[in-house]
Amino acid sequence: MITTPTKLVNAKRTKDSPVKSSLFRQSIRKLSKNKLAVSGFVVVILMFVACFIGPLFSPYTDNKINMAMMNKAPHLKHWLGTDALGRDVLTRVLLAGRISLTVGLASMMLSVFIGSLLGALAGYYRGIVDQIIMRIADLLLTIPSLPLLFIFGALLSEWKIPTDYRMYIVMLMLSFVGWPGLARMVRGQMLSLREREFMQAAVVLGLRDRRKLFNHLLPNIVPLLIVIATLNIGGAILSESVLSFFGLGVMPPTPTWGNMIDAANNMIDFQERPWLWIPPGFSIFATVIAINIFGDGLRDVLDPKQKR
Amino acid sequence: MSEPLLEVNHLKKYFPITKGLLNRTVGHVKAVDDISITLQPGETFGLVGESGSGKSTVGRTILRLTDKTEGEIKFKGLDIHNLSPSELRAIRPKMQLIFQDPYSSLNPRVRVGDAIGEALLDHGLTSKGEVRDRVLDALVSCGLSSYHIDRFPHEFSGGQRQRIGIARALVLNPELIIADEPVSALDVSIQAQIINLFSKLQETRGLAYLFISHDLSVVEHLCSRIGVMYLGSMVETASRDELFRNPLHPYTKALLSAVPVPIPKLKRDRIVLKGDIPSPANPPSGCKFHTRCPYAVDICKHQIPEFREVGSQHHVACHLV
Repeated sequence: MITTPTKLVNAKRTKDSPVKSSLFRQSIRKLSKNKLAVSGFVVVILMFVACFIGPLFSPYTDNKINMAMMNKAPHLKHWLGTDALGRDVLTRVLLAGRISLTVGLASMMLSVFIGSLLGALAGYYRGIVDQIIMRIADLLLTIPSLPLLFIFGALLSEWKIPTDYRMYIVMLMLSFVGWPGLARMVRGQMLSLREREFMQAAVVLGLRDRRKLFNHLLPNIVPLLIVIATLNIGGAILSESVLSFFGLGVMPPTPTWGNMIDAANNMIDFQERPWLWIPPGFSIFATVIAINIFGDGLRDVLDPKQKR
Repeated sequence: MSEPLLEVNHLKKYFPITKGLLNRTVGHVKAVDDISITLQPGETFGLVGESGSGKSTVGRTILRLTDKTEGEIKFKGLDIHNLSPSELRAIRPKMQLIFQDPYSSLNPRVRVGDAIGEALLDHGLTSKGEVRDRVLDALVSCGLSSYHIDRFPHEFSGGQRQRIGIARALVLNPELIIADEPVSALDVSIQAQIINLFSKLQETRGLAYLFISHDLSVVEHLCSRIGVMYLGSMVETASRDELFRNPLHPYTKALLSAVPVPIPKLKRDRIVLKGDIPSPANPPSGCKFHTRCPYAVDICKHQIPEFREVGSQHHVACHLV
């Protein structure tokens, strides 16, 4: 047997470190060739940058009411005009974007976390665990999610939850209705993976369940998770907007894209003052389309088997 | 003689055939039907037979990858199929499996070093600081280089992957290795390397192998005793020299006559078997081989031949011997 000097080994390790990310790099390279996906990604990034940094450069604040400047059409001082309380629409759209994007991202993360964990447990242990988890998921899937969210929203108003907290509760609500579909997909992947030969090797090696799950099975579904997660952000932003539009999600004065479009509910605003509802509407449209295009590109690269 | 390392007594493994909505059992596939094997420490037992004869199922049942139907499997005196999960986990490192397909038996997302070392950590056999050295030792003793440790499986060739699989089994210092056709997926030059690696490791570490193969020339090179399986049953066991010099069962004779020899002009009496191996769901009555046996007589159709001793360590199941 050869004794290996540790120094040599360490030197080799650093030298080989680029190899570590070779799979990841390959994917990036493939993705960068897809022009549409790249443009989607750029739009998403621009939107994030604008929403999170943009308001810092704005001379206006969100809740500063200016009676002299009510319902003004776009002009040099207010690029997108002002609303009924004289607030700058551009600033509000950007601030609303912060909330909408955060809600979208956070509820996606939470539902991916819950969905993949429960799906993985169901697929790995099968039997009674599987039955319990998947029947709960089935139950949630049979209830149309929009009415369910409406009921939740109405409850929130009934209980007089402070508006500051509502944003977080809306995130929880969205992930609550979002996880079952994801859990199903992860469970299916798990069922097929656990029969693969390398998992039998893991059984013969006598590895612990925890290691089998987290070191062997989950890394194999990460590409799928990334794709689903990306596509889910768009869905979550849409759901949040719908809720807020109906006044059941995040409440004014906190602006979100959804409750800003609420302006279109008023016939006069709808016909006479399009600058109130077109900017937030366009923001939702552009963000969701960009995220979906980017997600489709990611799918082609990371998960080619899913392609139809 | 010392206590055998592995003792398989009258092992049976039937897979149920189910039908209809209620999953009624309408029959059984008798994959393994009454097999007995004893293996001494440091010995190599070869299990040969054509595809579908149940050799892989024997190996997988010994490792409890599938549950047995009947019989007894003792490893170092412990009944494998009656151990609690924690007891079973404790002896897992002592009996390892090497897979046929080096492509599917390595997780594509686990680094080679982790794949080899993780079982050591999981069983608490080595401290975290020493794992890397143990893994490097195993890599080098299997003919790989130390700088391979941080790579992913897709960066290796088939032969190298098979070495990784062997290193993964070896690092645990097992006493028994079940090799399930470890070379049949490799090309001939690599086969030779791997087989030489097997015999070298046996010399240095005193391993016992249960070597499952359909390639008689490989088995002849490596094994001290050989068992021939047909349709789930053992038809003949003998020491290697005895089996190759004096095969008694007509099936063994047919197998041996099919081994290619490197002398092209040599005229041999090839025994060519007609037809395919019958379905194990509905095996022939009497001697299972009588449908294809060139010497079959009436008794073969009705009476199951006894597996009896005909010489020293030479057992055969045939009416005509």
